[in-house]
Amino acid sequence: MFDNLSDKLQATFEKLNRRGTLRESDVNAAMREVRLALLEADVNYKVVKSFVARVKERAIGVEVAKSLNPAQQVIKIVNEELVATLGEPGKLDLSRQAPHVIMLAGLQGSGKTTTAAKLALHLRKKGQRPLLVAADIYRPAAIKQLEILGQSLDIPVHSEGDRVAPPDICANAVKRARQSAYSVVILDTAGRLHIDETLMDELVAIKKRVHPVETLLVVDAMTGQDAVRVAKTFNEKIGLSGLILTKVDGDARGGAAISVREVTGVPIKFLGTGEGLDALDVFQPDRLASRILGMGDILTLIEKAEQTMDRDTAMKMEHKLRTASFTLEDFQKQLQEVKKMGPLSSLMEMIPGMGQLSKQVSAEETDEKLRTVEAIINSMTKEERNDPAVINGRRKKRIAAGSGHTVQEVNALLSEFRQIQRMMKQLAKGKGPGNLLSMFR
Amino acid sequence: MAFGLTKKKKEDREKINKSLKKTRRGVFSAISDLFQANEIDDEMWDDLEALLIQADIGVDTSLALVSALREKVSKQGIKRVADAYDLLKTEMAALLQEAQPWSLEEPRLLHVVMVVGVNGSGKTTSIGKLAYYLKQNGRRVVLAAADTFRAAAIDQLEIWGERAGVDVIAQKPGSDPGAVVYDAIRASQASRQAEVLIIDTAGRLHTRYNLMKELEKLRTIAAKQVHRAPHEILLVLDATTGQNALTQAEKFKEAVNLTGVILTKLDGTAKGGMVFAIQEKLGIPVRFVGTGEGIEDFAEFDPEMFVESLFAPA
Repeated sequence: MFDNLSDKLQATFEKLNRRGTLRESDVNAAMREVRLALLEADVNYKVVKSFVARVKERAIGVEVAKSLNPAQQVIKIVNEELVATLGEPGKLDLSRQAPHVIMLAGLQGSGKTTTAAKLALHLRKKGQRPLLVAADIYRPAAIKQLEILGQSLDIPVHSEGDRVAPPDICANAVKRARQSAYSVVILDTAGRLHIDETLMDELVAIKKRVHPVETLLVVDAMTGQDAVRVAKTFNEKIGLSGLILTKVDGDARGGAAISVREVTGVPIKFLGTGEGLDALDVFQPDRLASRILGMGDILTLIEKAEQTMDRDTAMKMEHKLRTASFTLEDFQKQLQEVKKMGPLSSLMEMIPGMGQLSKQVSAEETDEKLRTVEAIINSMTKEERNDPAVINGRRKKRIAAGSGHTVQEVNALLSEFRQIQRMMKQLAKGKGPGNLLSMFR
Repeated sequence: MAFGLTKKKKEDREKINKSLKKTRRGVFSAISDLFQANEIDDEMWDDLEALLIQADIGVDTSLALVSALREKVSKQGIKRVADAYDLLKTEMAALLQEAQPWSLEEPRLLHVVMVVGVNGSGKTTSIGKLAYYLKQNGRRVVLAAADTFRAAAIDQLEIWGERAGVDVIAQKPGSDPGAVVYDAIRASQASRQAEVLIIDTAGRLHTRYNLMKELEKLRTIAAKQVHRAPHEILLVLDATTGQNALTQAEKFKEAVNLTGVILTKLDGTAKGGMVFAIQEKLGIPVRFVGTGEGIEDFAEFDPEMFVESLFAPA
């Protein structure tokens, strides 16, 4: 996601790599690049200035730790400063008495309605009983959009059409929540410009009526320099308790996160990371920082794997891999497990170093290739999957026809699988993989 | 102009002017101040660079603008700040000048306009406004609801169609966008009710491989039905977008060969300085601007006016 920024920093620090010590001239050169990279990442001009100054002050004269090279030392400082700037992990304040009212606000098109639904799903997973409230009476079909999303999640949506004033709708919704024991009320308000006095006053009126415990500003990760002004104005006029950064799954550099946080001091709580309604991640500063620096996000990946993968299956798989008794049947199961974790594209970004690779090999193309592989394997009988050697010409034809692919593609898959098996055998014998990467070719 | 598309140019100018007033008080009025108050010195150049960057014009373009201006100022022996200021305006307007005329001026039975962009950029709203705008200029317009993905996108387009007083051709949510486009073209041709067909597409991030494939497919379907269609492929761009705007334009151009940009949400404080880079690096001109929530808050883009408004004192 923050690939572009990490590229820049990587390039900068490669130049630093060969030198022995952290001299002022090195730091200056690096800081020039950091400054440019941050600006190109849409971090606000003034924020960049103060950030770079802080890093520079810390970096000059620092003794390079024995275990690090100068580049790593600078990355470490930039990383620490980034983590500090990005603030604490996202947390919702749901400590007071239910129903907890959460208000979402933001510019048009920032993604409030989708985020409202995602947040409701997230909270239900945490054991809450959410009620969604359609308080956007201005945008055509906004109410219907929320209703459709609520329906698909089986989460109730409180709406009173577009003739009732939003503060009244919200107040009625809270009343309903109290009566029907909903524990969280999520208000989807209309998108508005921060300079639109009337609509900003409406938000203030809603806030006065229902006293939300959380007032969250929804910010598009693609926002440019203006993000600072928008966030500042929203914070001054209605008072924010947190931010949700959306569309983080694109290739926007997301500097808005850094600037908005620095200027308002309001914590970032969630990241919207995809089109699916479960694509909402709790904000973790260290993870975002390492992603910004291109160090991957292995923690999130492991967490995802743990959530979706069956531990027993994983153990069995590991044993099979080690003893080289891995069959196509196992491969099929493995594919299904991986698919549960989401599209490959989003997984690849989290693996250190893969950010670069995923640019060369489009992850979606890989997804497509995997679908072919899966279709072919699914068209095999159990016997064939366990012992591909039985697959003769006639069987190949049948498999090809059954999966909607060609015999050539079936052949390619079988020969790839034989290669993997051979490698597994070598691994099992402890010969070492030679080049592990060849597995992925 | 055959269809009177420039009839309302004067009103358009006023609209842009009005919507840009807030900016003038912001970044660009600071630029004006800069030129009025200071002498031409290094500090002025640095400040100018900083201000351009803060207008989302981008580091590269800002640096290029400043160094070009610097060179000209010294070459032409310009001493007065006001003269340098005029020169900058000319340079910036020149960057946004587009020679290619809007293809809807060409004689044709059916014009097909495809509208693309990322989620939340304002595609559906812009289509409603464009339809109304064309209708006001005497065109018969039909809309095609090919965003069958986002919840309630079709309803939203139908409401805009109603407001603009034009027909909307739609199928059920989740249906094949290609089929929608095919049907819409056939319907527009068969009854000859339409001169312009505007296709609303799903707003997905430009990094989504499948969406890009889908857009290519829609384009092919249109091309097979109507000679050289789509005649215009417009990217809807949110003025608040930062440097990612260039990447968006690049990716969409790669997939469907954009012919222009609709710059939306110009009534905020962000001003879409990214259009300079998009025009300069990709040669994609801005065609229209969205200046508010009303159906009439839409205008043809005028580069001189745009730049003039940016620099005019508040």
